[in-house]
Amino acid sequence: MPLLSLSNLAVTFDTASGPFKAVDGVDITVEAGEVLGIVGESGSGKSVAMLGLMGLLPPSATVTADEIAFEGRDMRAMSGRERRKIIGKDIAMIFQEPVASLNPCFTVGFQIKEALRAHTDLDRKGRHHRAVELLTAVGIPDPERRLSAFPHQMSGGMSQRVMIAMATACRPKLLIADEPTTALDVTIQAQILDLLIDLQKERGMGMILITHDMGVIAETAERVIVQYAGQQVERQRVATLFDAPHHPYTSALLAAIPERSTGRRLPTIPGVVPGQGDRPDGCLFNPRCPKADDLCRSVMPHRQTAGLGEALCHYPLNPLVV
Amino acid sequence: MRAIVTANNVSQIYEMRRGLFHKALGLKAVKDASFVVGEGETLAIVGESGCGKSTLARMLTMIETPAEGALTIDGVTITGDNPGDMKKLRSTVQIVFQNPYGALNPRQKVGAIIEEPLKINTRLSAAERRQKAETALAEVGLRPEHYGRYPHMFSGGQRQRIAIARAIILEPKILVLDEPVSALDVSIQAQILNLLADLQERLGLTYIFISHDLSVVKHVATRVMVMYLGRPVEIAPVAALYADPRHPYTRALLSATPATDPAAKGRRIRLTGELPSPINPPAGCSFNPRCPLADDRCRAERPELSDDGPTRVACFAVEEGRSAAA
Repeated sequence: MPLLSLSNLAVTFDTASGPFKAVDGVDITVEAGEVLGIVGESGSGKSVAMLGLMGLLPPSATVTADEIAFEGRDMRAMSGRERRKIIGKDIAMIFQEPVASLNPCFTVGFQIKEALRAHTDLDRKGRHHRAVELLTAVGIPDPERRLSAFPHQMSGGMSQRVMIAMATACRPKLLIADEPTTALDVTIQAQILDLLIDLQKERGMGMILITHDMGVIAETAERVIVQYAGQQVERQRVATLFDAPHHPYTSALLAAIPERSTGRRLPTIPGVVPGQGDRPDGCLFNPRCPKADDLCRSVMPHRQTAGLGEALCHYPLNPLVV
Repeated sequence: MRAIVTANNVSQIYEMRRGLFHKALGLKAVKDASFVVGEGETLAIVGESGCGKSTLARMLTMIETPAEGALTIDGVTITGDNPGDMKKLRSTVQIVFQNPYGALNPRQKVGAIIEEPLKINTRLSAAERRQKAETALAEVGLRPEHYGRYPHMFSGGQRQRIAIARAIILEPKILVLDEPVSALDVSIQAQILNLLADLQERLGLTYIFISHDLSVVKHVATRVMVMYLGRPVEIAPVAALYADPRHPYTRALLSATPATDPAAKGRRIRLTGELPSPINPPAGCSFNPRCPLADDRCRAERPELSDDGPTRVACFAVEEGRSAAA
């Protein structure tokens, strides 16, 4: 039984100019102890899908799905009270901007202990002890003293460590990390990624890592989902994705990375991600795709087989040689 | 190659007020930076936040004058006491900022944004200004009808194009690019990097490219200057720097950058700790608390940039040939 299983998740926002489907047909399964990467550019709906799962979207959003099951329990049928017992305890999330995610009015210790107070039956002393233990685990020096520090007294890297300590406070089974290192410097990013992977291995957590950085995916994830304009356009193992992408978007995205280019000019993807007003017919990538033909412009492609990266494309690249 | 920018022991000091009864503290954001930028080349400045790269950019664009040392730009020398002929130089050096959302006035139309440097620095008529602005728009790949629109109607990549149009309208010789693509998505980043390469070829611009993204730097730079806590620690041609990084900090920085190759994972030099505070820098080499090769000499003396060759390094370990195994 997978730890988390989502199928056909869609998120629709009610906007002034009509409903807008930000996420469409998203399927995700995560096993315990596995790292799943989700990549995509801004506006591809990667964060929105996860926020929808966590119930953190504003009232203007409608989340629908055929299945949202955590450890085999259907989360759609649950009461709010029951769901809150899982969210924050068994499923925890780390956000992109550590400094903005901490409350500036409370000490770091208070905020970590708050999670423990809500989800465990530890007493005051027990909570304090556990908070110190958590800060030690995420590599913050002098944790006793740091508990009474306010967020503004800490650097970005330190704040992200605190966020990780908070998220892992109740030993979650699934950790969702939404661009956990985007706001950080490279050497600090390396430290935080190492820390997350160490924690994940040590506790056998399932982890969903959302990022726009292909390098981060290559270093950490086992399976990867490429998202474009709210749809999952490709699902593959990381080991093969970089050599043999099957969807033209994945291929173009990889080619645009300066590190992988050879000439003075980078291959680019013309145009921009379609927004609410300019959704094309057929395949959503067709206006930017070099291979698009009339079929692509009129008919929505179906999903290919696993050997073709489950690509959402009529003409997948790198077909297997039989 | 003619040197277009020469920095000679340039320092910048910010005063930090600590309240009524405390003496003000001097924070040296940039310390004794000496380097040369040749005409038509791209010098990349890399380092983590707080290493002084943006302060350096502010001095190069004459937003601030150096507190110590002298900066020679296109034959004109600027020092703290003698700000020199800055007015003329202002049109020689232009800057593109990191955040295209914050760098454009939301209440001005694109045309007005691009024409503003002309209004301040030239005596062109309104019609001439408009014509120049439309040429600049075409130059950066925007259409003439964009002239009358507001910044909020554009995407991040297009806004960065507007900022670039504004920077090139005075026909500068030097463009300071302060993290021009770090706020953009990969596919848009590639478009902007290509545009910058086109402009450099067409207009013969010299770029000072500030970035923390080493894979972007590898693609655009001719030479790279690595900074740590306000000081340059290594200056090298781009191929040499990536093939054979000398300074331990450069090595750590390179190994920390995630490679887009799943087979290459796990060969990382782990740096412990964070950047020390520039208010109270460590004695000796400023990198010594995080350096795997540091010894007693590093903790007492400060290494200077070596003079010889195209690669210049400020490190005792490199000088003495100490290696990680020792």
